[in-house]
Amino acid sequence: MVKKEVYSALGLTDAEYQKIEQIMGREPSSTELAMFSVEWSEHCGYPRSRNLLKLLPKEGKYPALVGEDSGGIIVDDLAIIFKMESHNHPSQVEPKQGAATGVGGIIRDIFTAGARPIASLNSLRFGLLTEPYNRYLLKGVVEGIQFYGNCLGVPTVGGEIYFDESYSGNCLVNAMSIGVCKKLELARAQASGVGNPIMYVGSSTGRDGIGGCSVLASHEFAEGEEKRPTVQIGDPFTEKCLIEATMETLATGHVVGIKDMGAAGLTCSSAEMAYAGGSGMEIDLDNVPLREQGMEAYEIMMSESQERMLVCVKKGKEKEIEKIFEKWDLHGVVIGYVTDNKKVKVNYQGKVVADIDTEALAKAPIYDMPATEPENLKEINILDLNSIPQPKDYNEVLLKILASPTIASKAWVYEQYDHMVQVNTVVLPGSDAAVLRLKGTSKGLAATTDCNSRYCFLNPYRGAQIAVAEACRNLVCSGADPAAVTDCLNFGNPEKPDRYWYFKNCIQGIVDACKAFNVAVVSGNVSFYNESPKGAINPTPTIGMIGILDDLDKRCVSHFKNAGDRVLLLGETKEELGGSEYLKVIHDKVAGDAPELDLEKEKAVQKVVYESIQMGYINSAHDCSEGGLAVALAECCFVNNLGVAACLIPGVREDAALFGESQSRIIISCGPDEVGRIEELCVENGVECFNLGKVGGDKFIINNSVSLPLETLRESWGKGLSKYV
Amino acid sequence: MKFGVVVFPGSNCDQDCFHVVDQVIKQPVEFIWHKTTKLDNFDCLIIPGGFSYGDYLRCGAIARFSPIMEPVIRFANNGGLVIGICNGFQILLEAGLLPGAMLRNKNLHFICKFVNLRVEATDTPFSSGYNKGQILHIPIAHNEGNYYIDDKGLAGLKKNNQIVFRYVNNPNGAIDDIAGIVNKNRNVLGMMPHPERCSEDALGGSDGRMVWESIVKWSKKKSTAR
Repeated sequence: MVKKEVYSALGLTDAEYQKIEQIMGREPSSTELAMFSVEWSEHCGYPRSRNLLKLLPKEGKYPALVGEDSGGIIVDDLAIIFKMESHNHPSQVEPKQGAATGVGGIIRDIFTAGARPIASLNSLRFGLLTEPYNRYLLKGVVEGIQFYGNCLGVPTVGGEIYFDESYSGNCLVNAMSIGVCKKLELARAQASGVGNPIMYVGSSTGRDGIGGCSVLASHEFAEGEEKRPTVQIGDPFTEKCLIEATMETLATGHVVGIKDMGAAGLTCSSAEMAYAGGSGMEIDLDNVPLREQGMEAYEIMMSESQERMLVCVKKGKEKEIEKIFEKWDLHGVVIGYVTDNKKVKVNYQGKVVADIDTEALAKAPIYDMPATEPENLKEINILDLNSIPQPKDYNEVLLKILASPTIASKAWVYEQYDHMVQVNTVVLPGSDAAVLRLKGTSKGLAATTDCNSRYCFLNPYRGAQIAVAEACRNLVCSGADPAAVTDCLNFGNPEKPDRYWYFKNCIQGIVDACKAFNVAVVSGNVSFYNESPKGAINPTPTIGMIGILDDLDKRCVSHFKNAGDRVLLLGETKEELGGSEYLKVIHDKVAGDAPELDLEKEKAVQKVVYESIQMGYINSAHDCSEGGLAVALAECCFVNNLGVAACLIPGVREDAALFGESQSRIIISCGPDEVGRIEELCVENGVECFNLGKVGGDKFIINNSVSLPLETLRESWGKGLSKYV
Repeated sequence: MKFGVVVFPGSNCDQDCFHVVDQVIKQPVEFIWHKTTKLDNFDCLIIPGGFSYGDYLRCGAIARFSPIMEPVIRFANNGGLVIGICNGFQILLEAGLLPGAMLRNKNLHFICKFVNLRVEATDTPFSSGYNKGQILHIPIAHNEGNYYIDDKGLAGLKKNNQIVFRYVNNPNGAIDDIAGIVNKNRNVLGMMPHPERCSEDALGGSDGRMVWESIVKWSKKKSTAR
């Protein structure tokens, strides 16, 4: 009888263990038990989220590809593959290696689809930098991303960083990668054709990362736990060689299927490839290259050693493939064959150590989780603006908000990332979205990640909608047509009904917003159990999104370009301060409701800006987001050192006019002659257009509220983050 | 004329250099795998940037022992043009084709950004198309670009006019603001900034393009002189 301590330690419940016994019709071996535990973990099998994930739209305006490990869209004869994935818990435990292997893992998901990775982005969230451990995490995570990404030669072109108390004790590291290949070159993650050899390629297998997904990713952090041995160690040089060897291997045309050994390593790749191909697989662990002696079968099957993949090749071609890996000084060995019995059979040292039905492994149980609204949310949602005193000195307020690390310049971070290698980056970090050219075409690709988790905490349905709307807005401001979504859903413990309520409502928000914008969710990842002893993180459904520029020359940036240009604000400014950075930084309050969002209005504003860019009317476009209009205006000034003189939006209180975070607003600049044309477009589309002022000078002026030298603003904004590191 | 781009395991600017030679200045170009022991008919070899062997040891210290390096050294000693960019510069230093060494950047971080360079010498095959004193807007991307050479060596570089590029605002602590140097014979250039990343207007500037064009011009002149 397998002892309860054993399966509990592997993260399995009593009911799950009983179900496993039932499936097997006998007591499972230790290897089998280990395999079930990783495959049924939340990280791999999504037992607590699959039901809701089904709701996400799989079709949109671009033909969507939803693959085994990643997804993408088709643009002409190109497939653009992209996905975002979390590596939160490993990063909280060991930030450099946690973040590095997060980057490595997501990039493998891209090139195993046959697409050469062309760009990475990261969405990062930490607790406040006043705490030393959070500073250590920020430095370590950035170090890990640059260590891995720079070496690989995949540019890290964008992303976002937020700081909030809720992430103290559980930081978030969401890594996104994008790859491109010819549509016909796509690879599948499946094994089929009885007798076809299964090859193990890449690095050797060690004891690192055992239980990374079942133990580390699928439980919350408790006080004083030591989890470092479950974090994997990254070797970017090997991964770089693996990318090149894999691209060469795929080019031979001898590959049936290929899959990364990421979470749950050999277990996941073998079972899921066989399942996807409707076949079985028999593998011999004696042939697996090991980096240490005396490893048990279950350790080999669960190891999350990095930079390894499983490839199913056509019979008779294994020698040719071996040679390619030999050229790159990597392992490339046959460890088994495809069978027709729909089972994964694992042999080791002359014994059968596992023999399991692939469907039972690959199809984790599904749980319906109870969801209830948190008791205190209604109370938090009440915000009486009369109780918020209006500041006297708005100069001081603006400088303070600009220096808030969430708002401040992220140059300290992105200048450590190679964001130009591969010579495609045409809009560098610091604008609303990164823009890359697609070599060999006249088209471009824009990419962004977005999520204001404070909004999601106050109103998960609308907060998630805003995340999608803002991602679209950022792409439109860059001149791109929003094309498709990948999501990385970071939440607390799903077994707690209030946490699950957040998850459910955020999903619904994403579903409805994506449908409104007619974009598919092509890939994604769920990360639960993001909790520390202080409680759950803010619900954080990070939206990664790509957009397509039909004509790369019609791209746009967020910063002002010419003195004398007119500045217009498109969209309506409402009297709302709920969930704003201003309320948090100046009044130390997280309260009220998330800003209102009317998706039809949002689409109209985006349409005007998109068309104006296509017509060549405007010189810059910048989304108004955290920090409101005053912050967005300041951000327009920094790159070209151009000041602005603007007036104040009438009809709302002064602080709401300056720092309120009303949605669906975009600041544009244009030559004086174009103002009329844009106003016309606005009238046609029912979009408010407010003439804010004029670009120029070395001062930043908003009516009688703010008047400061641009240099003073830059000082606060420039050092807000870097002063902590 | 024919260019060759040497590929070490871990090189990651090899395809960028290839792209620029092939698509922008439209000259014949081939990749050369690092295990190759013979070079035929190349006029200019590019040692590209990247992380050869992961740069887990001192940058370039392992690549320097790759089989290709012997023929590269012979090629250089026979007057062939060799340009090493970033990691390529580091490899040329390790191989002894250029004097000096690289230290980690003064701020101990990787730095990727556009910087300004001043052209100091135009009497080289790599910079003849520029004007002396011209300011170039060009990207850097490195961890170890803090060039160092002892006093005697530095005096030698200056005396022989071997300093080709200097930083206007030194980003990495390099001695005497040095960003690029040539050997005494002026046929081997090492530079930390990446001219291949700014050879097309779409990439925010094309100040680097003249490096390639200078090479082509010089080679053509040489072949007509023959």
